[in-house]
Amino acid sequence: MQSETKSHVDQLTSPAGHPVTVLRFEGDIASTSKDAVLGTYQALPKETAKLILLDFTKVDYINSSGIALVIQMLIEASNAAQKVYAFGLSAHFTKVFTMVGITKYAGLFAGQAEALAAL
Amino acid sequence: MSEFKSATVEVRLPSRLGFEKVAMSSAASVARLMGFREDRVEDLKTAVAEACINAIEHGNRLNEKLSVGVVLSAGGDKLEVKVLDDGKGMTKQPAKPDIDRKMHGEEGPRGMGMFLIQALVDEAEWVVGCEGKSSYVRLVIRLDKEAE
Repeated sequence: MQSETKSHVDQLTSPAGHPVTVLRFEGDIASTSKDAVLGTYQALPKETAKLILLDFTKVDYINSSGIALVIQMLIEASNAAQKVYAFGLSAHFTKVFTMVGITKYAGLFAGQAEALAAL
Repeated sequence: MSEFKSATVEVRLPSRLGFEKVAMSSAASVARLMGFREDRVEDLKTAVAEACINAIEHGNRLNEKLSVGVVLSAGGDKLEVKVLDDGKGMTKQPAKPDIDRKMHGEEGPRGMGMFLIQALVDEAEWVVGCEGKSSYVRLVIRLDKEAE
């Protein structure tokens, strides 16, 4: 019933010249998304991937189990001195992420261009 | 908008994660027929999904021989949703999740479902069933008069 979560990684450079690792997600983010969310993040090289951008543009459904995976990623990123940002959330999930406090630890942007411009 | 004529829709879900999306879609369809704004439909979808996930995981403990009942009662300016399971129900509310405590490892990253339900609908109550069975959560979402 849940659509499988797909993920892939892009390497970009911000206008300021900083390397940015973009994790792009597609499908649902739920309890079955552990490998796609945490697994993809954990495979990144911690020494070089210091700015991480999460792309939710193609994500339709995020439930509390999926939010918990994002929080787990933020905890691990904080411990590795990485900074995490996100873009592409719908208005509803922007509200939900704000309500649960994720915005305190991951800056949200409307789109990729706005996010990169700020990094 | 004229007052919506009362209607009841019932859905039964297997206790399998993912089927909460069937309840979400049903609730969204009824809410749109009643004239709810799209942002309130989204609030309702998340609240209904979280209530069903709780019923599947905690109420029925993922036992696929048990089903989760979802009763949508539309009438007047409100939509009531009851999500029923065969669990013992909740006798006390969990503490409100705290992102700072989660980030510092002082509480687990999960445990936000009930908080989201309460934050996204106008009323939410958890009712313990008779003899420790058939517990349910009751949600109410109201049409925003100013937006009509």
